Amino acid sequence: MDGDPRDPEAAAFAELVSAGPVEPRDAMPDAYRALLVRQIAQHAHSEIIGMQPEGQWISRAPSLRRKAILMAKVQDEAGHGLYLYAAAETLGVDRSELVDALHEGRQKYSSIFNYPTLTWADMGAIGWLVDGAAITNQVPLCRCSYGPYARAMVRICKEESFHQRQGFEILHTLMHGTPAQRAMAQDAVDRFWWPALMMFGPPDAESAHTAQSMAWGVKRFTNDELRQRFVDMTVPQADALGLTLPDPELRWNAERGHYDHGPIDVDELREVVAGRGPCNAERMAHKRGAHEAGAWVREAAAAYDAKHGAARAEAVVG
Amino acid sequence: MTGWPLWEVFVRARRGLAHVHAGSLHAPDAEMALRNARDLYTRRGEGVSIWVVRSADLTASSPDEHDTFFDPAADKVYRHPTFYDVPEGVEHL
Repeated sequence: MDGDPRDPEAAAFAELVSAGPVEPRDAMPDAYRALLVRQIAQHAHSEIIGMQPEGQWISRAPSLRRKAILMAKVQDEAGHGLYLYAAAETLGVDRSELVDALHEGRQKYSSIFNYPTLTWADMGAIGWLVDGAAITNQVPLCRCSYGPYARAMVRICKEESFHQRQGFEILHTLMHGTPAQRAMAQDAVDRFWWPALMMFGPPDAESAHTAQSMAWGVKRFTNDELRQRFVDMTVPQADALGLTLPDPELRWNAERGHYDHGPIDVDELREVVAGRGPCNAERMAHKRGAHEAGAWVREAAAAYDAKHGAARAEAVVG
Repeated sequence: MTGWPLWEVFVRARRGLAHVHAGSLHAPDAEMALRNARDLYTRRGEGVSIWVVRSADLTASSPDEHDTFFDPAADKVYRHPTFYDVPEGVEHL
């Protein structure tokens, strides 16, 4: 099939992958298309569901400055979802199919968004750790083999760096506050550290899709390589904040030139991915409810177009 | 979900530059497409002008015909200034 070097189509595609980005109208193996649709859709769903844990804190932000920042960040997540749905649509699927697949549980989103946001400090931990892990995952995707996905990722990565910094700043502010604020920051990091490490997926030995995805140039580094990169970047930042990362096995290994860290809880990851995390049901119920509650907006726009559409059909040039 | 058509979005980053393809979006009509494009592709002042065009109205060359379609340009090296020999010492040419 696709991996068989004797297959001339597979050989031609391997050449295309190595020469430069694959573009929507290029011939591509069905399995490549399916892998991309699955990955880009899951990525888009994650951005959309990812609005919920932070959106819950907009009305409770401690200052107008923080509120404006959080709103901008949540709006960015919506934008990222839309860039990615648009990238997926270049592969011949319709956004509505993907949204239906999410609502019916046939497609997934990142496990991280199934954890609750209990305190304001969680906004800091999410920005710093969750967005930090996302950036680590996403930067290599800017060079992935599928052009529209790579271009969407370039835009997303530019915007994500503000997300991570604002999270770091929230924690930095709390760590220079009262003992109760410092304890709140530490508690948030204690709860989000391991779920953030799980964002890189199962260990390489158990990762089902890694080999084919790397052969096709979609994935450029393994789960464990990216996890290590994130740990190496984050430990000095935790020191700067004065926060302790909740891993007794975490220590510098001069021989390897990396930080050693403990293993993620694969069982917990599997449970959350399977839909049995702390907030899976709540997230999905909220998403379906929001979609239904927004039906009148879509209907109103369609009615408006039906009434005025003919006169407005041509694009505006400026 | 919706049967809204797909639109391609082109953004002029600043005066003096051409509009460049930024991505696509769904919208019921051109006016909403422009507003959605503003919210989606220029949240950080990335543009001073936006074009939207229905994706269905675009005609594109086919990658299958890439070689034959662009073939006429391949063997005309004399269209490039580097094709010509210029004697040493001749300037501003």
